[in-house]
Amino acid sequence: MELTGPIPIPHDIPLPLPVDQVVAQALIVLLFLAHILFVGFMVGGSVLTVVCEAIGLRRRPFDGLARTIAATVTVNKSLAVVLGVGPLLAINMLYTVYFYSANALTGYAWISIVPLVTLAFLLTYAHKYSWEKWAAAKKAHIALGTCGALLFLFIPLIFLGNINLMLFPERWTEVRGFFSTLLLANVLPRYLHFVVACMLVTPLFLVGWLTRSGSPLETLVPGFTRPQLRRGLYLVTFWGVCVQVGAGLLVLLTLPVHGLSHLMVAVILLGAACALVALVLLRREVWVTAPDVGRYFVPIVALLTVTALCMGYGRHLYREGAIGWHRQQMAAKTEEFAWASAAAQWRFATGAGAEDENLPPGERVFKAACASCHAVERVLVGPSLTEIAGLYKDNPGGIVTWAKNPGKKRPEMPKMPAFRLPDEKLLAAAEHMLALGSGQEAPPPAPSAPDADAAPATQPPPDDPAQPAEP
Amino acid sequence: MDFPLFHLDLVGNRIMFAVIAILHVLINHALAVGAIPLITLMEWWGQRTGRSEWDRLAYRILAVCFIVTTSVGALTGVGIWFSASLANPSAIGSLIRVFFWAWFFEWLVFVTEVSLIMAYFLTWKSWTGARKPAHIGLGVALSIMSWLTMAVIVAILGFMMDTGTWPEAPTFWRGVLNPIYIPQLVFRTPGAMVAAGAFALLLAFFFTRKGDGFRAQAVRFTSAWTLGWVPLCAAGAWWYWRVVPEAMGANVAVALTTQAFESWHRTVGYLILASAGVLVLVSLWGVTAPRRLPRLALVLPVLLAFALLTYFERVREFVRKPYVIGRYMYANGIRPADYPLLATDGVLAHATYTPVRTITDANRLAAGRAMFNIACTRCHTTTGVNGVVKKLTDLYGTDPWEREVVEGYLRTMHNTRPFMPPVPGTEAELAALTDYLLELQRNPQRLPGAQSVGVEVPDQETPAASRADASGDLHAGRGGPTLLARPVTPGSDGETSPQVGTHDPLASPH
Repeated sequence: MELTGPIPIPHDIPLPLPVDQVVAQALIVLLFLAHILFVGFMVGGSVLTVVCEAIGLRRRPFDGLARTIAATVTVNKSLAVVLGVGPLLAINMLYTVYFYSANALTGYAWISIVPLVTLAFLLTYAHKYSWEKWAAAKKAHIALGTCGALLFLFIPLIFLGNINLMLFPERWTEVRGFFSTLLLANVLPRYLHFVVACMLVTPLFLVGWLTRSGSPLETLVPGFTRPQLRRGLYLVTFWGVCVQVGAGLLVLLTLPVHGLSHLMVAVILLGAACALVALVLLRREVWVTAPDVGRYFVPIVALLTVTALCMGYGRHLYREGAIGWHRQQMAAKTEEFAWASAAAQWRFATGAGAEDENLPPGERVFKAACASCHAVERVLVGPSLTEIAGLYKDNPGGIVTWAKNPGKKRPEMPKMPAFRLPDEKLLAAAEHMLALGSGQEAPPPAPSAPDADAAPATQPPPDDPAQPAEP
Repeated sequence: MDFPLFHLDLVGNRIMFAVIAILHVLINHALAVGAIPLITLMEWWGQRTGRSEWDRLAYRILAVCFIVTTSVGALTGVGIWFSASLANPSAIGSLIRVFFWAWFFEWLVFVTEVSLIMAYFLTWKSWTGARKPAHIGLGVALSIMSWLTMAVIVAILGFMMDTGTWPEAPTFWRGVLNPIYIPQLVFRTPGAMVAAGAFALLLAFFFTRKGDGFRAQAVRFTSAWTLGWVPLCAAGAWWYWRVVPEAMGANVAVALTTQAFESWHRTVGYLILASAGVLVLVSLWGVTAPRRLPRLALVLPVLLAFALLTYFERVREFVRKPYVIGRYMYANGIRPADYPLLATDGVLAHATYTPVRTITDANRLAAGRAMFNIACTRCHTTTGVNGVVKKLTDLYGTDPWEREVVEGYLRTMHNTRPFMPPVPGTEAELAALTDYLLELQRNPQRLPGAQSVGVEVPDQETPAASRADASGDLHAGRGGPTLLARPVTPGSDGETSPQVGTHDPLASPH
């Protein structure tokens, strides 16, 4: 990959990782697979539901099947979300800078995941619980389910944009919002890979769950026999795996090379080999084993589980390979910054940094707390020092009393905030103010803007601010 | 400094965060933590008295809770993470480093909770007869899990307000056992119960029929529930306010309303007391004369309970200012501990995303905008909600502001406005920021966030040399480098508390 232009190297969060790296990486791979499995059931299930319901328009039994699949989506979609929180936590912790940077760069799309998933969930509930009420308006009912399914199909694209973008810091300065991440080399192939995966795991799940021995098939999906159903579902999985082999190859070929390694490619190929063996068994299930179709279910699931583990681990190896160089630089920069910051703290603590140390206390407090509102001769925010000096001549204590608990007396000015400082500091400031206001001390150089003369110096006859507010 | 900055210049990030978080709190407290024990109690009561009306009502209330909590409730919970990572990535990233295992445990509880609510709801009609006690057992287990998820999060919320002894020795348990934790939990738990009672009162009315003697009983039941929790809630509230630390207490007057209405806070205090009073009165009425309770009185408690909860969260978010994590990190995402370095070298010298490193006359405005982005946009917009132009106009009017005056204000505002962090950086950066603000007054322009215009890095910075090595060795990064072996201990040296900003002569020892 040709790299041009500057690459951002941020500082990492300056706190130690709370988990051993190996544990964290194992957590990410395993928790993510559990999450994505149920996401697959959710996406695949909602798509299969509307497809079966549409077929059910012509062939009644499919409507029952659709409804049964919809019932599984209720549970699977909730598990998909809760199981997502674990890997989200792990990825937030281990890849903080990478993940958050991608999130921010795709911010609108990223935050819209929340309302979009909520909407998709509510649509699936509405679809499921209106099955009987809308029986007369079947097409509208299918349209309702289709909206939910389309949302479920779209949302993963946002995640894919993010988890791809996080791997390529060299692209961060080029990205302009979510849609530009779709142009990253690997996003669309991976999306295809993901959708096909959903469509092949869901029928397999249904073989295991819906057609398990002991499931009341006659009441759940009248009109289907167990072997019939199994063979049909297997057929979908079979073609899914076939397409997936091609899609997987496309993903591998479009990966930017700098994250590739021999080990990673070997792991991925091992996974693919398992999938090919599963494909052979699937073929036997569909076309050979009848009527006791289902006898290879366990080996098929085992093989595809190994495939999924290999793909997950391969992804992880790629991730580490892709950002490894960047991470090393970030760690070095973070450490350098921490040392420099500690040194600066030390210098500051030993007084080397305090510029105003030599000022008399009154002036220092005045500059820090009062000067942004009170100038010598004119009104900035509050009354001028000249005016204050007139009100409080020889009475700095009055200023202190007022400053600790000011009222609101002048409609044209904002209320003064209360000052919680030691009395002696306030008193020193008050004395300094009186000295400035009565001309005993030279006014500070600032503020002396060009239009200073234009500022109104005249004020309505002031109330005595030291008195309590008038009723 | 180290993240691309998502920014909503019209409504501000805080509104986005607040909408999601408050929605989540309301649903979590009123429809899960408080509602599930109420529903379980109702189910048990129905079984004990042998009256199926109770069972039916409990199921209907649960159906509402199930639909809402598993969709809006769950998603806004995840949404808090999403929006936190956009609104203040440094803060949430740091919290996760400290509380990973707390969150991990909370996640396990959350998975259990969701599995249990599905089991509880979906088996309601099949686990009957001899299996009913087991079903009630599911309700009890679910009640415990719902409460636990809240109990874990409150530890982290407490930590953000007061880190306690954690800055001296940053360990997990010191973080969890912060001074605010237990009092806030003791306040929130009965608060959730009260909110659920108010919500259930409304539903009980909807799900029963007029003239049916059962409606009066249902109203009495839910009112009695609310009333029973009120004393505990009041006691919890009292304890909570007592432990809100001194420094925060100073901000409470501002937190209760907004700065402009500071003086109204007394009135608002009375309003809160009055709302709580109305809640109690309606519940009393519901217990003593449920038949004569007017319809308006059914809606009022739930509205008031929700309003009070919202208010409570708003105050909680505000009182911890100027920090996002008490004494450890300012609301702008910068650690007070790094202020001395930033004052020496400059914020832009260390920031990752800035078009400018060194300020010249030609790039002053770009530098000022970058400063504004880094130091201000986590809370402020330019001309939108909580916009800086409005803030400065309130102080200095609509005539062209004087640069010395604005600059002087920025330099010292944290002294007079204790909820504001000091402006980080050098004098030159402060001047550039001032110029940018003056330019905003003359020529108000929206400031787009990284989500629409992306990020910039100074041109002179080219990819480092080791880049090529890394691609040569395919496994350069495997196993990962050690991420900062030496933890930075913030403020461990007593006198140089991290609160000491460099522009803060008030704090210098004298």
